[in-house]
Amino acid sequence: MAYSDKVVDHFNNPRNMGSFKKDEEGVGTGMVGAPECGDVMKLQIKVQNDTIVDAKFKTFGCGSAIASSSLATEWLKGKTIEEAQKIKNTDIVQELNLPPVKIHCSVLAEDAIKAALADYQKKSEAK
Amino acid sequence: MKLPIFLDNHSTTPMDPRVLETMLPFFVEKFGNAASRNHAFGWEAEEAVENARKQIAKLIKADPKEIVFTSGATESDNLALKGVLEMYKEKGHHIITSSTEHRAVLDTAKSLEAKGLATVTYLPVDKQGMVNPEDVRKAITDKTVLISVMLANNEIGTINPVQEIGRIAKEKGILFHCDATQGVGKIPVDVQAMGIDLMSFTAHKIYGPKGVGALYVRKKNPRVRIAAQMDGGGHERGMRSGTLPVPLIVGFGKACELCEQEMAKESVRLAAMRDRLQAGIMAALDECYLNGHPTNRLPGNLNISFAYVEGESLLMGMKDIALSSGSACTSATLEPSYVLRALGVGTELAHSSIRFGLGRFTTDEEIDYTIKKVIEIVNKLREMSPLYEMAKEGIDLKSVQWAAH
Repeated sequence: MAYSDKVVDHFNNPRNMGSFKKDEEGVGTGMVGAPECGDVMKLQIKVQNDTIVDAKFKTFGCGSAIASSSLATEWLKGKTIEEAQKIKNTDIVQELNLPPVKIHCSVLAEDAIKAALADYQKKSEAK
Repeated sequence: MKLPIFLDNHSTTPMDPRVLETMLPFFVEKFGNAASRNHAFGWEAEEAVENARKQIAKLIKADPKEIVFTSGATESDNLALKGVLEMYKEKGHHIITSSTEHRAVLDTAKSLEAKGLATVTYLPVDKQGMVNPEDVRKAITDKTVLISVMLANNEIGTINPVQEIGRIAKEKGILFHCDATQGVGKIPVDVQAMGIDLMSFTAHKIYGPKGVGALYVRKKNPRVRIAAQMDGGGHERGMRSGTLPVPLIVGFGKACELCEQEMAKESVRLAAMRDRLQAGIMAALDECYLNGHPTNRLPGNLNISFAYVEGESLLMGMKDIALSSGSACTSATLEPSYVLRALGVGTELAHSSIRFGLGRFTTDEEIDYTIKKVIEIVNKLREMSPLYEMAKEGIDLKSVQWAAH
């Protein structure tokens, strides 16, 4: 299977790879997928004044899964919580030119975004 | 050193230039039909085919008359299973095979089952991928007509105790088919000593051309009969009709001759390189697991699972090395390798497996390069893996409630 140039680029030069401390102020963490399924994504956002100022990811999965989560962190930075909610997996498919068999990677990335946002909101409401 | 490097010699092999050389005259100059009995063109082709038959038979210690040419090992497997089941249907309809066979055997067995033509027992294998001969014995019923167990596995390289299975088959008077596609030309094969009645193998796995294979069909003690699955001119003693592809057969013969002459030296060289590859990788990386049997395996085979990294991403990170993975992402079925699953390898480790297949043209320099690249990419991807991070934090990944999708 041939990969699109963008997938290859994200795979070779992943953006924002790494982790925040989960209990750090303003950090929301989303972890989706399962090792048995062959992909697990951890996506984290750091929020200040309702805006995502930083994002990080770690992914166990194929090249397309890594690229999808790398792209997601790029897109999240600078967005408000509300704007971030609107990122759709189809946007990722389009941007990375993912073939049909890799659409689940984009779905997983959208799920990871949603999970990170939900975690952040749960934490801020708890205060 | 030329890139990309080919380390996928279980999938196919490059043709040996010496093989190509022997084939060339048989395309334009010596183009005759080996079945033409009335002119020199036909005689010349027939002579070349019979010479190849001898070379092939010699490699497996058979009689040349016991070689039936086919299009490849898949066809040979189909012909063996379907041909035997049809021919011996009065005697019974039970097949015994193993769960790690190649799809050409498994899917043929399933197709026979689905059509109501056979009942099939799929024997389990042990943790190293070996069939237990005693399991074969226990599975035999009065309706069993065929035992089909592979010589060496295409993914993990494990070599089965074929000789013992052959002995049990003889003792019980049941035919024994062996898919020896990965074993012939790599390890010594003796159809007499191994008690094999039918055996599938192919040219392109042993530095010969694609598109030709053979089914060994025993002629004596017992005389094995199979029902043809292809109707036509009655070639190959009526077992497989169709004009013989003379150039391919000539190449197949030469490929077998070369294996026969060079196997002893070549297998020692391959095993030494393979062991060095394994040692080089394992010395530098933790949590790498060898799949298959540690010693009783094909000399050119190495299959390793790299915990916490996914196979397809490993391949992507080493795109100048041609390899294969048991990861679901590289298969059409979205399931990770059924062979590794049959060994009891966890799904997550099956997703993380890489198969290295060394061959006649693999060099020491290529092995050095591969060791370096594997270490580099595994470290890079582990750095990127949330699972590796969790494991390093001491979290038991089995205790985590995953949000499966």
